[in-house]
Amino acid sequence: MSTSLLKPAVPLTTSLTSTKKRRSGFSGWHFFLAPVALLFLLPFAQMFLAALSPADELVSFPPPFIPSRLTLEGFVGLFADSNILLWLGNTVIVSSVAIVSHIVLCSMAGYGFARLKFAGRNLGFFLIIGTIMIPTQLLMIPTYILFSRLGLIDGLGAAIVPWLASAFGIFLMRQFFLSLPAELEEAATIDGCTKWQVFFRIVLPLAKPAIATLAIFTLLSSWNDLVWPLIAINNEDAFTLQLGIANFQGTRRTQWSLLMAGNVIATLPLILFFLIAQRQFIATMTFSGLKG
Amino acid sequence: MTASPSTSNGSRGRAGKTGAPALTFTVPTAQRVEARRRAGLRSARDGWSFVGPATLIILGLSIFPAIWAFILSLQKWDGFSDPAFVGTANYERLVTDDQFFDAISHTGLYTILFVPMSVLGGLFLAVALNRNIRLIGLYRTAIFVPFVASAAATGILSTYLFNPQYGIVNNVLRLLGLPQQGWLEDPDQAMVVIAIMSLWGQAAFTTVIYLAALQDIPGELLEAARIDGANRWQAFWQVVWPQLSPVTVFVTIWQVIGAIQLFDLVYTTTRGGPLDSTKTIVYFLWERAFRGLEFGYGSAVAYALFAITLAITLFVVVYARRRNLEAF
Repeated sequence: MSTSLLKPAVPLTTSLTSTKKRRSGFSGWHFFLAPVALLFLLPFAQMFLAALSPADELVSFPPPFIPSRLTLEGFVGLFADSNILLWLGNTVIVSSVAIVSHIVLCSMAGYGFARLKFAGRNLGFFLIIGTIMIPTQLLMIPTYILFSRLGLIDGLGAAIVPWLASAFGIFLMRQFFLSLPAELEEAATIDGCTKWQVFFRIVLPLAKPAIATLAIFTLLSSWNDLVWPLIAINNEDAFTLQLGIANFQGTRRTQWSLLMAGNVIATLPLILFFLIAQRQFIATMTFSGLKG
Repeated sequence: MTASPSTSNGSRGRAGKTGAPALTFTVPTAQRVEARRRAGLRSARDGWSFVGPATLIILGLSIFPAIWAFILSLQKWDGFSDPAFVGTANYERLVTDDQFFDAISHTGLYTILFVPMSVLGGLFLAVALNRNIRLIGLYRTAIFVPFVASAAATGILSTYLFNPQYGIVNNVLRLLGLPQQGWLEDPDQAMVVIAIMSLWGQAAFTTVIYLAALQDIPGELLEAARIDGANRWQAFWQVVWPQLSPVTVFVTIWQVIGAIQLFDLVYTTTRGGPLDSTKTIVYFLWERAFRGLEFGYGSAVAYALFAITLAITLFVVVYARRRNLEAF
């Protein structure tokens, strides 16, 4: 069970990229898949078009399906009326720290729980896995009080600290290390490496696929988080991107070109990243689905 | 650290029981025990230096606040004045609070709209995408890419697409000669719109999981069914569907838990309106705790949410066990 957890992603990802054995005949499934695919793309298409449309055309009636001309006025207006670039920077900081910290701390802990034998190991791992059952909503109020006592509230630290490590990350890395053959590490130990040298020189370089999954999981969750920044940050200078656009929406209900420009800035980085690293994204989704 | 005495006790006990190996004659027992104790300490130090930092952060930000939340739920506190112990008063208030039960029924409506569509839709899309035809990579990308859209962006986009005056949905209805709808501004339709946009963003999740499961089913099973005279439809429901049942149980639980915790999309579309029709349990919790500063009452709501989540999860697991679906 434990070693096979990462496997189901493999047939899926290989078939996604394999080009051989493709049937040449026309399949009736196109009649279903083509409209569905277009329907799924439509909201994004609307978002990009509206972001590049002249503001007055979006509130004319009936609204045109295709704008008469493309313009960057929406972005210009957004940059003038909001601190969107500051919020983008804040989110980049939060996600970067979260990813680096996740990789370091969760790999270390995952390795420790998978490979080292020490007193309290099973209890520690059991408690960590148990926390997955606790809904985050249960933790919001006490964490808010705790953070305000620590002076973290209204600063970027409040957004960062909850993302330093996660039970899911430890679980993922532990599963990966359990699936690695132990011979390499044993050989390195016999050669006189300390546990830390074995970890950093031998094990971590082998863990790249699991680290990619962990990084994508952390990027997606920390970049897109809304509820925690909403609670913990009232200071506009420390807004994250998601909180910023949600707050901006509250004051600009129908200024669509500005709102959609904000949407583009909030989603385009992840869309591009998805298109580049689709296989790793899908592996991440498959793993997060199989963790139960 | 903590278990090092037990390690030394264990070694002493073992030495006594199994008789004395040659080593004990040459090394005095006390020294051996000391050596074992040191080794235990060293392995504990090594082990905890690997797992300690992450464990400290995770437990410090989950188990400790979870206990604190329970204490808070027995108090009346606004965060500024002194907290007052009120016993179970918050929970008693909860079971008579009509707004809370409204929130439960709104959450239930969303769950019923979202979960079956997300599970069955995901299954259907996975079956459709599980073939080697031209453009299949493009179709997969198109259906999966909305997964990266945040709830904030999805919510803001929803208010645009479903805007009664300027949105494309009503615009298309108008061209087709169909009546215009209020969508997010109509108390009867707002939750439907939120469910549709959730499906758009999350279809990828159930689809990917079913797709992985479909590709794990051995081809011989299907061949055998076809040889036995089953048509495609029969082969799917008699052979494939039972094979998928652990995955179905799992994604159902997963999606139900997610549905019960709906908040972000409500916040960025309707803020609970119109006429409170989209006020979910978590939205109610957030309002009470962070707008009304009722930390005690909010914590009681959070524990009620936890209980509801646990109850539904247990129900699905027990139901699956009864039907021998063996997901866990």
